[in-house]
Amino acid sequence: MTDTAKIGARTAQPADWLGMARRYGAWLLLAAAFAVLPKIFASGTAHTMMSLMGIMIVFALSYNMLLGETGLLSFGHAVYYGLGGFLAVHAMNTLAHDALPVPVFLIPLVGGFSGLVFGIVFGSVSTRRGGTAFAMISLGLGELVASSSLILRSFFGGEEGFSTNRTKLFRVFDLSFGPQLQVYYLIAAWCLISMIAMYALTRTPFGRMCNAVRDNPERAQFVGYNPYTVRFIAFCLAGLFAGIAGGLAAINFELVNASVVGAGQSGTVLLAAYIGGIGNFIGPVIGAVLVTYLQVMLSDVTEIWQLYFGLLFIGMVMFAPGGIAGLIFMHEPLWHAGAYRVLFGRLIPAYLLALLPGLTALLGLILVIEMTFRLMVKASEGTGMSFFGVPLDAAAPVPWIAAAVLLVGGFYLFRRTWPLIADAWQAAHGEVQQARRRAA
Amino acid sequence: MLELVIISTLNGVLYGMLLFLMASGLTLIFSMMGVLNFAHASFYMLGAFFGFQISQWLGFWPAFIVAPVLVGAIGALVERYGLRNVHRHGHVAELLFTFGLAFVIEELVQMIWGKVPVDYRVPPSLDFSAFTVFTTTYPAYKMFELLTAIAIFAVLLAVLTKTRVGLIIQAALTHPNMVAMLGHNVPRVFMLVFGVGTGLAAVAGVIAGPAFVTQSNMAAVLGPILFVVIVVGGLGSLSGAFVASLLIGLVQTFAVSVNFSISDLFAGMGYTPAAGTILHDLWEVTVAQIAPIIPYLMLVLILIFRPTGLLGKRET
Repeated sequence: MTDTAKIGARTAQPADWLGMARRYGAWLLLAAAFAVLPKIFASGTAHTMMSLMGIMIVFALSYNMLLGETGLLSFGHAVYYGLGGFLAVHAMNTLAHDALPVPVFLIPLVGGFSGLVFGIVFGSVSTRRGGTAFAMISLGLGELVASSSLILRSFFGGEEGFSTNRTKLFRVFDLSFGPQLQVYYLIAAWCLISMIAMYALTRTPFGRMCNAVRDNPERAQFVGYNPYTVRFIAFCLAGLFAGIAGGLAAINFELVNASVVGAGQSGTVLLAAYIGGIGNFIGPVIGAVLVTYLQVMLSDVTEIWQLYFGLLFIGMVMFAPGGIAGLIFMHEPLWHAGAYRVLFGRLIPAYLLALLPGLTALLGLILVIEMTFRLMVKASEGTGMSFFGVPLDAAAPVPWIAAAVLLVGGFYLFRRTWPLIADAWQAAHGEVQQARRRAA
Repeated sequence: MLELVIISTLNGVLYGMLLFLMASGLTLIFSMMGVLNFAHASFYMLGAFFGFQISQWLGFWPAFIVAPVLVGAIGALVERYGLRNVHRHGHVAELLFTFGLAFVIEELVQMIWGKVPVDYRVPPSLDFSAFTVFTTTYPAYKMFELLTAIAIFAVLLAVLTKTRVGLIIQAALTHPNMVAMLGHNVPRVFMLVFGVGTGLAAVAGVIAGPAFVTQSNMAAVLGPILFVVIVVGGLGSLSGAFVASLLIGLVQTFAVSVNFSISDLFAGMGYTPAAGTILHDLWEVTVAQIAPIIPYLMLVLILIFRPTGLLGKRET
């Protein structure tokens, strides 16, 4: 339905504005948002975090070119990000040393180019088969590069890595890129360019062929496309954008070390893309923003934040394989069918009703985890702790009973709300069916 | 030299047998359910930590029995309530589930036992030297590990080939629908295999814990090597896993004791490369230093040139 509307908009003269606004409006809005955001969140911490988010968005989207678009599950995507970062740092040091007239905002190109080159090298051996074989080779290559990074010291710099100084490079318009705000705008600009490029790529025939190879490689082959070639090109392009992200990270941190090519980094991008949702273009963006936010905020609050991360991921894999974006877009048909009454009148209230006991159970679970951690690992520092500002003693029975009550009681009530949600969905489906019948 | 060869061979075979204890379960699970269990090494780690904790309370021998049983039960529960639910979302979801599980288990272990290594020691009853090769004494505990691994290997082989359960398992590997038609509960067989497989990994953990370092990163260190073993051996091939385990065990053990680099080779031919070039390290690196990379090199080469693995029949 939307496609026909677009074609109509393109042919009819007066509607041209509308078509243009539809096509490019979202990007203009996004650009405006990128420009205004640092004014709204004006603190230094916010600027740092938004810079990290921008890097992660590019990285996660490049990962989704593999997993979401082409169906290639990679456990070693950090290789291209990390190698892009290393070559960017080496390039920055060389440029600063020889005083060559290359400004810092072109450095991500170096990262992207290196990502592309390594993508071509490693992609040629790893994309012959998809599925589990590809996952294994990507893991092997990732481990290979990660272990090499501790051996080839002149390139990787061993444990401490290499540092650089972005302000020492050639300056254009008197921009030093010393302040974080300038770096933010640099990252935002590259993020926007990369997002547009990657989105445009999904709209091309090549992007469609990637989907075809993901869904049914045999058929794609029958139609005359070699799945190996399609995977290979997708892999190289994913390497390119991962390298750009790595170059941005090099500019942002002014430091690279062996951990950026490691399994941890590869795992993080997989988590970010999957939690956000690999089925929609917007999914990895949501995931990147959320994961970066959690990484920064949670690591301040609790030492075992990665556990919550892992639990969130498992929960997503088990109950919401479409990720957050999948959960949101599940409601799209309702919106299109105009079933606002059931959406806002029944479904959302049911969600809100479930939210309260759900959060209660979650609180109980977090309390159990935190008290266990305090009791087992941190016992030498005393069993007293503070939980959301409430002081308690992890060795006393009362907090444990409270946690059990919260967890079990909350979950019981949460479970009771499920039929309500199911009923609301039933009604919603009915409305959608009616709307379809009316349209037909 | 001979002394080094004998000791390295013993250590290599021991390491290889420990790898096989884990790889056998992993490859059985894979050929049965098509799932590469990313968390398999995590169950090995759980085995080591459970072994440590129980031996603190009850002593080593009860731990040797109880820890694998507990871990096997956890594994069976994971299959029943986790993997089986994820199964309908496809293989990628299953792989991701086990990936997340590995992540969570590592964090849980850190939550309970911390990040520093725990003091898991060889039990006093096995803390003596078994024999002496020239000047090197060989600890009895290592012999115990070796014998345990061989005994379990023999029992596994006997169960799989000689008993009724083994026949059902073998049949369920290739013809699950037919086995179900004949009235066997195939999902329960899957659960059993998953439980036994993770239990075997836990046995390896219990006995390897005192010999290596029992620490929360031990799964992350060993996990990728385990994948190398089953891919090099051929996915789904038990005998392949056996050969590859021994191969990788021996290669890694021997590589560590060889101090030889490319520059030595060229120096023998009367050529010394200029120092200070960017990849100068490549010349100077000794075989011992690249020992950690060798398995991954083997993995990549095998996948490129012989995707079925050494003894496997199906393509990965």
